[in-house]
Amino acid sequence: MIERDQVLHVAKLARLRLSEEEVERMVGELSGILDHVDRIGNLDLEGVEPTSHVVALENVLRADEPRPSLPRDVALASAPEPQDGAFRAPSPQAE
Amino acid sequence: MSDLLNLTALEAHEKMAAGDLSAAEYTAAWRQAAASDELNAYLWQDGDGADLAAIAVEQPRTAPIAVKDIFTTEGVPTTAGSRILEGYRPPYTSTAVRKLLEAGAPVLGKTNMDEFAMGSSNENSAYGPVLNPWDRERVPGGSSGGSAAVVAGGLAPWAIGTDTGGSIRQPAAFCGIVGLKPTYGSISRYGMIAFASSLDQCGPLTRTVKDAALLLGLLQGRDPCDSTSVGIEGGVSLPDREDLSGLRFGVPAELARDEFDSGVREVFEATLRKIEDLGGEIAEVALPSAEHGISAYYVIAPAEASSNLARYDGVRYGMRAGGDGDLIEMYETTRSEGFGDEVKRRIMLGTYALSSGYYEAYYGQAQKVRTRIAEDFSTAFSGVDFVVTPTAPSVAFKLGEKTADPLAMYLNDFFTVPMSLAGIPAISIPAGLAEPEGGGPKLPVGFQIAAPAFAEQRLLDAAHALEKGIGFDARPGGADG
Repeated sequence: MIERDQVLHVAKLARLRLSEEEVERMVGELSGILDHVDRIGNLDLEGVEPTSHVVALENVLRADEPRPSLPRDVALASAPEPQDGAFRAPSPQAE
Repeated sequence: MSDLLNLTALEAHEKMAAGDLSAAEYTAAWRQAAASDELNAYLWQDGDGADLAAIAVEQPRTAPIAVKDIFTTEGVPTTAGSRILEGYRPPYTSTAVRKLLEAGAPVLGKTNMDEFAMGSSNENSAYGPVLNPWDRERVPGGSSGGSAAVVAGGLAPWAIGTDTGGSIRQPAAFCGIVGLKPTYGSISRYGMIAFASSLDQCGPLTRTVKDAALLLGLLQGRDPCDSTSVGIEGGVSLPDREDLSGLRFGVPAELARDEFDSGVREVFEATLRKIEDLGGEIAEVALPSAEHGISAYYVIAPAEASSNLARYDGVRYGMRAGGDGDLIEMYETTRSEGFGDEVKRRIMLGTYALSSGYYEAYYGQAQKVRTRIAEDFSTAFSGVDFVVTPTAPSVAFKLGEKTADPLAMYLNDFFTVPMSLAGIPAISIPAGLAEPEGGGPKLPVGFQIAAPAFAEQRLLDAAHALEKGIGFDARPGGADG
């Protein structure tokens, strides 16, 4: 079960702006999914190691050698608003 | 012309090597076939583009291939099925595609998919659903639905896709073809647009098991650009096993009470008898934690997705909207207009599961369930060589049938998710036809075989013998003329 206030809070964390209709729908849909997911909440898994990754690998290293990176013009080619060789974004502070 | 298209990819590959087949003529025949796509399966096709030097193959040496639009291809549109990447032309090519180009496989086109690979029906593509070549009122499965539909529909000899919780195996089952999810780490993920990084794996969608083996051999290997890639030791050779003697196939005891379509159950049971006919042995195994797979998966995958998709912020590439306001407003407008409903739902779910106060209860608990599921498989494999299940609980369902109920859609992944969480390889092969619940013409049913990590060779050998024994030769009617 998830409440409307939580949906609005999570949307803010996720940088999503939801319409009123989306908020309503999300409350119902997420609650339904979480009800199902909550079944694992009751399992006794005390002492079980969590698995974050299935292949037993650690510290995969490579030589620290300089090599060319993407040329600036190529890196900027897909930017919505490149300017003066940089990515342009709106100011963090409203004018 | 149609004789050329009837060759399997392996047959074409071998004829080219022997000089008995003109690679140019063969590739041209497939380009022409691909151009007749009426299934909305291709998002982009290679014509004779002048600016596509990055994916050019001077002298084809193997069959041309369709590539899921989740693999970056330098200079070629790559959308991952999302509006937010509309028009994006990446500055680099994924390792999987680079290896195919180096092997002499021209790229036929990029295939439609659920947005960011999130979906089981292909209805979450921003570019419209793919139609199932067997019945155009039905879904091809997802998320690699475009790649499955082009192979089944005679629009490509073979294709690659990605599987996070069943996204290769389930569409292969729905379209009556072979789909293999290799062991996590077999194939580089470099340039494969990330959904859930601890689960995502590239794999083949093909007409035959032999084609899948050939393709896996071209794709697998360690890649310095993906530190989680290890490759398959000893490589992959073509399977030629004729029988299943000496092999034990485990059927989960839990299947007896799992609910799935009776037509699927009939085909599954007939396939078990076929295994015995071929000399294999059927045994019961226990996978007591597998029933919690969906719950664990729909915490872990959205959690990883919410983090991976944070990069779509309208700054460096892709779409930007609301640029007249402040920075936060631009982020929010871009993401709200650029992402579709399912992607937003998963980002919300994942953000919630990772948020302060809920992390242990959801993400921590799900990771422990994952351990339990992996242990279940380890225990099972101490007594059997393979674990077998149906690939999906039903045959292909109708367009729109499950879109209003996200949980019903998620439950379609019931049989495929446990192997993904355990990181082990699993293949779906077409095992027969069954009438959909509610009636209608018969549709393909997939049979899933799972093996221990990196036992791909053994898996392919057995799947090949079973494929020959089943002799599935049904084809979609009318789709390829």
